[in-house]
Amino acid sequence: MSEAASAHHRTDLAHHFESYEQQKQSSLLGMWVFLAQEIMFFAGLFVCYVVYRHMHPAAFAFGSQHLDWRLGALNTGVLILSSFTMVVAVVGAQTGRRKMIVCGLILTLLFGAVFLGVKVVEYGAKWQHHLVPGPHFEWHGDPAAGRAVQMFFAMYFVMTGMHALHMVVGMGIMLVMIPLAWGGRWTRENHNFVEGFGLYWHFVDLVWIFLFPFLYLLGLAGSGVHG
Amino acid sequence: MDSDRQHDASHDPSLTPYALVLGALLALTALTVLAATVHFGHPWSDLIALLIALSKAGLVITFFMHVRGSSPMVKLSLASGAVGVLVFFLLILSDYLTRFLG
Repeated sequence: MSEAASAHHRTDLAHHFESYEQQKQSSLLGMWVFLAQEIMFFAGLFVCYVVYRHMHPAAFAFGSQHLDWRLGALNTGVLILSSFTMVVAVVGAQTGRRKMIVCGLILTLLFGAVFLGVKVVEYGAKWQHHLVPGPHFEWHGDPAAGRAVQMFFAMYFVMTGMHALHMVVGMGIMLVMIPLAWGGRWTRENHNFVEGFGLYWHFVDLVWIFLFPFLYLLGLAGSGVHG
Repeated sequence: MDSDRQHDASHDPSLTPYALVLGALLALTALTVLAATVHFGHPWSDLIALLIALSKAGLVITFFMHVRGSSPMVKLSLASGAVGVLVFFLLILSDYLTRFLG
């Protein structure tokens, strides 16, 4: 596999790069530029959230109280753990330990699956309680307040839905990465894909770190706001 | 199949610092929930939640994402993203929050 550094055998160094280091820096930069774009994407959603919450603070607190904060907290812990196991995979790649990469990726995938499973449970509960915006939304009170509460749930579903979509994509990529890693695809010299994917996964964790308090915890203080 | 079996493993990155960051992140999550149960009033509850979330984000970015040891171009990309977010918030909110005055 990897013989003592002989230039002619470096099939994993693309011809337009002078060194592995340059290739690596280019690869990471590409991922970071993509993540900067992703930050902008989610920022737009967060600004929308801020504006609508400012317009309807009571409705947002009310809506938030109908989310199960314990499931949200559990999912936060699960994602943070998945970021750690992703780091394990990356360290495995950095040290050329194939099994460590595979273990890290499998664990990350499993934690991701737990997260999505919890979301399915949550979404199902929202549907059953007629809290999904649209024709099945039920509200037996002031219509204006009802519209505002619907807005909260619209933000909830769009933001957590887009986040979940990012997770599903990541998990799909991991399904491909696991057999590749097992087959010795990544070496100490070139494991840019693993590092780059790690960055993506940590970003997904980052978004949730902000989503959790601002969607789930608004009504916890019992500050007297009620719908 | 493991590449480069002859390499000196004593300089290999250890998982311990990452485990410490994991612990800190989980603790800060617990703090997030705890802080949310206290009625600090408006806007302090939000600011505290934001501060804790930013701390967690800082830990993930610095340690898990290796920004600390990365190239200036990477740091610049991250900074541009952050500036972009600031622009979103500052411009949109300065419009919206000043719309209905008087």
